[in-house]
Amino acid sequence: MSQLCVNNLACIKRDRLLFDAVCFSLQAGDILHLQGPNGAGKTSLLRILVGLSEPQSGSVQWHGAPISQDRAAYHRQLIYFGHKPGVNLALSARENLRYWCDLQGVAQPLDIYSLLDSLGLVGLEDLPASQLSAGQQRRIGLARLWLKSARLWVLDEPFTALDRHAVTLLKQRMQMHLGEGGMIVLTSHQSLEWAGQLKTLHLEYRI
Amino acid sequence: MTAKLTGLLRRDLALAYRQKAELMQPLIFFLIVISLFPLGVGPGPQTLQKIGPGVIWVAVLLSSLLGMERLFRDDFNDGWLEQMMLSGLPLSLVVLIKVAAHWLTCILPLLLVSPLLALFLNLTPPMYQALLLSLLLGTPLLSLVGATGVALTLGLQRGGVLLSLLLLPLLVPLLIFATSAVDAAALQLSYNGQLAIIGALFLLALALTPLATAHALRVSQN
Amino acid sequence: MWKWLHPYAKTEQAYRLCSTLLPWFAVASLLCLIPGLIWGLAYAPADYQQGDSFRIIYLHVPSAILSMGAYSAMAVAAFIGLVWQIRSADMAVAAIAPVGAVMTFIALFTGAAWGKPMWGTWWVWDARLTSELILLFLYLGVIALYQSFEDKQQGSKAAGIMALVGVVNLPIIHYSVEWWNTLHQGATITKFGKPSIAPDMLWPLLLCLAGLAFVVGALSLYRLQTEMLRRELHRPWVQKLAGGNSDAV
Repeated sequence: MSQLCVNNLACIKRDRLLFDAVCFSLQAGDILHLQGPNGAGKTSLLRILVGLSEPQSGSVQWHGAPISQDRAAYHRQLIYFGHKPGVNLALSARENLRYWCDLQGVAQPLDIYSLLDSLGLVGLEDLPASQLSAGQQRRIGLARLWLKSARLWVLDEPFTALDRHAVTLLKQRMQMHLGEGGMIVLTSHQSLEWAGQLKTLHLEYRI
Repeated sequence: MTAKLTGLLRRDLALAYRQKAELMQPLIFFLIVISLFPLGVGPGPQTLQKIGPGVIWVAVLLSSLLGMERLFRDDFNDGWLEQMMLSGLPLSLVVLIKVAAHWLTCILPLLLVSPLLALFLNLTPPMYQALLLSLLLGTPLLSLVGATGVALTLGLQRGGVLLSLLLLPLLVPLLIFATSAVDAAALQLSYNGQLAIIGALFLLALALTPLATAHALRVSQN
Repeated sequence: MWKWLHPYAKTEQAYRLCSTLLPWFAVASLLCLIPGLIWGLAYAPADYQQGDSFRIIYLHVPSAILSMGAYSAMAVAAFIGLVWQIRSADMAVAAIAPVGAVMTFIALFTGAAWGKPMWGTWWVWDARLTSELILLFLYLGVIALYQSFEDKQQGSKAAGIMALVGVVNLPIIHYSVEWWNTLHQGATITKFGKPSIAPDMLWPLLLCLAGLAFVVGALSLYRLQTEMLRRELHRPWVQKLAGGNSDAV
């Protein structure tokens, strides 16, 4: 049985039909690349997928049950990295990560410095995030992928504003996650060079 | 769950500490508004004593509205609100924590400077006591109702003026009972009744507004 | 979910229902309001204390009652929209609000105009006028909130929550203002609500009330229809409707 199953989703935004009859399902180890022009509804689809907004019709099922049935259990198995990274600019990288760990109820690892180091944030960890570049801020948000173990990752444009080194690092992490039986749904404007098997779903822009 | 909630509270307090300067502004606004009244209506002690309670409460309402957007605006803009909604916590509890943090960081300072007002507006000690009690009971109500208003206007680019427009009519009963408590104290009358009503309103708001706020937050995400 | 309500969850069906009801409401409002006003303004006996100036109650009292009635209707629509996620109920909130606000304004205006001969001034901080004024503010808040949203679907949901918050607050506001009024003015201003009203005055009043209620209903239905068409402009059923009409013309 597929673990994440999306049936016949339709979404209306600002009284415009973004998409309808969207169906797909993911098994352990699957990665889905969501493609489409700006305004086609990729972000809206991701937000429906994680349960932030409600679809006009259709349902998202996790292990065979609609996600609205047990949101808490679903969200425990989920990491969402949105269009807005959820990094507070007045707090430092370390604080941002610490409070996120508190919020998710996961213990902060002891070797947080080696994680910050591999993400190129060492030396900057105590500066307010407002003094960091856009790419560095997004890296703070992406550090969550190392902090919490979750089955499903939903990533909205994770490669935006990242340098080549960070992109490679992120891809390695994603491979590892898939190897452990995780699932990934992501959007990306660049065509994704991916070593393994990649599912794709194309959304069209409709008027 | 308690650990998650205390983590949230700690974060908000740390943030407030980081943004001290911003928190001072409504406080200074409050003091300026209060000192405008003696300049406007004349410094006669009798007049000031008469209008004092109303002036203070109106100033409290206005200045607390100034900082009200802090409740959710930053979290909405930087995406932290989404993370909170996906944390598995009941959203109305999250709202309560946010409101508590807001009250501690934005409203409590107003209460701390209130002895100064007693001097400025020539309030008698019993009047000041009544004022303080009404503030203690009434301002949490203000924060709770304010949270609903902020959540409703989150989806808008600028919600500032609209927020006041939505909230001020709702706060009329609070204004009436709070000022009347202080007036009663000025006449050496018992004001337990007024305080009890404010307390009842607070409890009502405590029960209902987190639900309304949580729902409004969900609407803002659509 | 209520079985009979369910079919109207579809905007198209709700639109049809509005089209059916609208003419009935329009005719009923004319049938009640015209005789009611003529009877009240021309034939009903004058008040022995207030003379002819009391005749403004034939407009003032119905509009004041309906200002609250419209708010309740709006809150009921908001509740239905909130609980059962029905789009047309959300639209109804946005449709009723301005109609209710106009009723509130009429009640305030006629109240002030009545106050001039009675109290010698246009505005008195009388308990009822004050609560009516705050009611107007609440209406304006709902309307302003709705208008500020570019995304009308989101806007109507937000307006619905605001309407519900307001309806919980309304009795509290009403009683607090009444209490505040007795505190500050004592019983110097007597209430107009007479325990007994002559039948000759009561019947035209009831007719006017019913007539104005139908006016509110008709205007709300009309606004609701417009709202539905505007919001679902790109849906097939609207296209078909527009296509059908243009063929007929």
